Amino acid sequence: MGEFSPALIVMAGGLLAPLIPNGWPRNAFMLALPIAAGIQLFALGFGEYWNYELFGQSLTLTRVDGLSRIFSTIFLIAIALNVIYAWHVRDVVQQAATLIYPGAALGGVLAGDLITLFIFWEIAAISSVFLIWASRNRRAFYAGMRYLAWQISSGVLLLMGIVLYYGATGSLAFERFLDGGFALTDPEVLFIFLAFGIKSAFPLLHNWVQDAYPESTVTGTIVLSIFTTKLAVASLARGFAGAEALVYIGAAMTAFPIFFAVIENDLRRVLTYSLNNQVGFMIVGVGIGTPLALNGAAAYAFCNILFEGLLFMAMGAVLYRTGTIKGSDLGGLYKTMPLTAVFCIIGAASISAFPLFSGFISKGLIIGAAAKEGYFWVWLTLLFAAAGVFHHSGIKIPYFAFFAHDSGKRPKEAPMHMLIAMGISAFLCIFIGAAQIFTGPLGDPLYALMPYEVKIEDSHSAYISYTAPHIITQLQILLFSGLAFAVLQKTGLYPPELRSTNVDSDWLYRVPGRAFAGWAVGASRATWNALWAIFSDRIQALMERIYAVHGPEGQMARSWPIGFMALWTAILLGFVLILSFIS
Amino acid sequence: MNLIAQLPALAIITPLICAPITIVLPRGRAPWVWATIVSWLTFAVCILLLREVAAGGEISYHLGDWPPPLGIEYRIDLANALVLVLVSGIAAVVFPAAYRSVKPEIDPRQSTFFYCAMLICLTGLIGVTITGDAFNIFVFLEISSLSTYALVAMGARRDRRALTAAFNYLVMGTIGATFFVIGIGLLYQATGTLNLADMKQLLAGQTSRVVDAGFAFIVVGIGLKLAIFPLHLWLPNAYTYAPTAVSAFIAATATKVAVYVLIRFLFTVFGFDFSFMGAAFTWVFLPLGIVGMFIASLVAVFQDDVKRMLAYSSVAQIGYMLLGLSFATVEGLAAALVHVFNHALMKGALFMAVACVVLRAGSHSIQAFAGLSQRMPITTWAFVLSGLSLIGVPLTVGFISKWYLLEAAFAAGHGYASFLIVASSLIAVVYVGRVAELMLLRPPAQEGPYVLPKRDAPLSMLIPMWVLVAANIYFGIRADFTGDIARRAAEALMLAAGGAP
Repeated sequence: MGEFSPALIVMAGGLLAPLIPNGWPRNAFMLALPIAAGIQLFALGFGEYWNYELFGQSLTLTRVDGLSRIFSTIFLIAIALNVIYAWHVRDVVQQAATLIYPGAALGGVLAGDLITLFIFWEIAAISSVFLIWASRNRRAFYAGMRYLAWQISSGVLLLMGIVLYYGATGSLAFERFLDGGFALTDPEVLFIFLAFGIKSAFPLLHNWVQDAYPESTVTGTIVLSIFTTKLAVASLARGFAGAEALVYIGAAMTAFPIFFAVIENDLRRVLTYSLNNQVGFMIVGVGIGTPLALNGAAAYAFCNILFEGLLFMAMGAVLYRTGTIKGSDLGGLYKTMPLTAVFCIIGAASISAFPLFSGFISKGLIIGAAAKEGYFWVWLTLLFAAAGVFHHSGIKIPYFAFFAHDSGKRPKEAPMHMLIAMGISAFLCIFIGAAQIFTGPLGDPLYALMPYEVKIEDSHSAYISYTAPHIITQLQILLFSGLAFAVLQKTGLYPPELRSTNVDSDWLYRVPGRAFAGWAVGASRATWNALWAIFSDRIQALMERIYAVHGPEGQMARSWPIGFMALWTAILLGFVLILSFIS
Repeated sequence: MNLIAQLPALAIITPLICAPITIVLPRGRAPWVWATIVSWLTFAVCILLLREVAAGGEISYHLGDWPPPLGIEYRIDLANALVLVLVSGIAAVVFPAAYRSVKPEIDPRQSTFFYCAMLICLTGLIGVTITGDAFNIFVFLEISSLSTYALVAMGARRDRRALTAAFNYLVMGTIGATFFVIGIGLLYQATGTLNLADMKQLLAGQTSRVVDAGFAFIVVGIGLKLAIFPLHLWLPNAYTYAPTAVSAFIAATATKVAVYVLIRFLFTVFGFDFSFMGAAFTWVFLPLGIVGMFIASLVAVFQDDVKRMLAYSSVAQIGYMLLGLSFATVEGLAAALVHVFNHALMKGALFMAVACVVLRAGSHSIQAFAGLSQRMPITTWAFVLSGLSLIGVPLTVGFISKWYLLEAAFAAGHGYASFLIVASSLIAVVYVGRVAELMLLRPPAQEGPYVLPKRDAPLSMLIPMWVLVAANIYFGIRADFTGDIARRAAEALMLAAGGAP
């Protein structure tokens, strides 16, 4: 296939897919695309391919190096899994978007320069919104619009940053920005940093994730959860590796969503908070910036796409079969959906970093790197966050969906194609997690894909996952976290899964100190509600004002009488006359 | 006689002579075929002209061999050669599509007059652009405006409001033209010449109230024609109620030509020696451009009529052009010229898509667009792609415009302006996205007035529309063509104006 870009294979396939008869021929075609692109990716090998000219600049469509290869590989695996999972979908808009949007994200990861990156950045933004709109209701439409506003803001910030950076350096190369003598606060790189920040959902720039992703369809949410944030992580790893601010931003990202995840009732929304938290781990790795940490970030992204995707798939299957995803309405589903429950537990174990599962080996790299570089408080936050992950993703998701109080629902097991997609994901989670036991650290298949060379200097190296201290630390975190959940649950202190999203929280204040977790929940929720009330009222009032002035009946849109138009002309003439006389 | 040397005259004479002939043709297809052929010929002439100018530099053509400044001079440099190609090119694309589009929209008895008026309008627009004589500009401006009033009024067959729209446009357009001619009169009094190049030389060093007033009248007069906010009030109704093919033609050309005239007067006639130039840039064009960008975009968001939405979007886009030229730098001027060209391509394509919908649905209400992708997929995709171009998505011309504008804003030290450009393009996302969502994801109407047959527009409309869409993408990828010409033109204009090169 010459130097043809793997990303273009997927995107062109997405454009052609609507022409192929719907049903299995189209599905088979769609499945063939990521496979063909994967073959092409590895056939190309490291190097830069397909240089082209735009604005008189020589640009590079495809750059395969260690960083882009590991992200491309997992993107292609994820595309294939998504196609299998969505085998039942017959909606052509969703089918096309399921290929074009990930294809664009893939193109962004492979982009060899800033313009190419921007082009794919925008295509990904615009094609992904169709997955949200595909729910075809008013809520989804407005959520999609808000999502689009965020994404396009990110795109234009990126464009502004690129224009400034180009003006300052005359270069469009997509390399580490801080090498050129720039500080993070210089506008040349700050705009680009913020653009990446929006897409990777930095704290306070994160809301579009929870707002939009759960509004998508059963399959759309899974696709969305994978690509946008990981494209941003890959871009940060390339452009801002070692930027210390990222360590603290990432640490904050790992911690703050936990409180929200604990109280959230919509289980898919719980996973979107967990998504923020997971991306936080990767960003800490990028911020530390040592080869070990970057390897950890890339490896964590690789594993995360599999287990987070698996959890989303399991919740998608529940939604598909029961029609609801509210924790309060579910429970006891393990009786009729045993396989889905097992897969969900495997995903949960992986995200909680149980030994033998993929999260264990990859999360250890990041936490190990933080310890090695002396970030004590960050290290502590990461441990706390790891426990929190176990809490809300590891226990809460499977427990409330499949066990807990019996909801009386007896849905059928998930359809075969969903089971296959989940089964492959689950297998990969265990395979990656356990391979090291059999191959030894040096032969670990995941390590072979890593962007930087794996150097094992001594027996304490973080690359060696299965050491007694590592296993014991991890099990301690998990067991005490599990114990806390069990105790809180048994004594009735655990925030119950209530139908209302706005739990009455005053009981938390009447019994101060009753449960620190409960207090943290209440406080952060109250702050959030207060902030939200301020902003939403303001925004509401602003929108009404704008509509009053600019709406079809508003002053600005009315058909004015002709005398009024002439009056304006006279006013402007007078103004310009005075201006030219006095100047 | 060397035909190449006579190209400037041919560009005018071809449509001018052929327009009256249209009236004597039998009704039906004949006037349309005739007008289409004429528009293609004119386009060919203009392309040859651009080639000549790009290769050999500025052309000065003496009409009737009377030497300037006494005789009328046609003077073509890169700036107006680009606009000439644009105007004739849009005509060459819109005219072929007009037949099917206009047939149900105007009285069949008027069909010969319709094509005659279209050709006269084309003549006027080309004349304004090509001439180097101030009074000649006024004459051609009136030729094009008068024919446009008539064309807008012809929309009355479907909607009587076209008559008031045309009347308002007539009054406002005439006020604008009057101001413009008063301004020229004042300059004539100060210099004793009507030739633009000559006027520039004689104006140099003059500081008199007469020149100041002339400047003010010309700026406001042209401002009315190009619909600077708040002088845009005639535009939304005129675009909305005109026959859709006319909307497509004038939206893509008339305001662009007015922008060109403004640039010509500001940079070629006045120049930076006059202190009021800087004041006008800072206090008139920059603020009005920015205010227009926002208010008109916001109004577009809430419109329930797609043609009206596009009309307000045009007012907002004019704001971008004003913003670009108000930077008073080569980059800014080049960005404005590039956007003049690019915006014509996007708006032309969008209005053509609306024309297709109007043909099948008989309405340009936003309701008629629901589920359009299932009824008219080819039209839908044309609309979506040109809509993306309007937003400024990469690989379309809109992106090129945005790129140049941002670059110019930073280079001119107006960093905040880049935020405003970005913010207002976000509003464009909303108004385009609203229609796109409706077309692609909503089910089509099952009953009521907006039920559509599953039948796309005729080929005679689809092909021209897709030519424009393809141009949107072609010039979005091969940006060096427009960018290069605009930059060279801007450099020449800045040099003439005595600004920093």
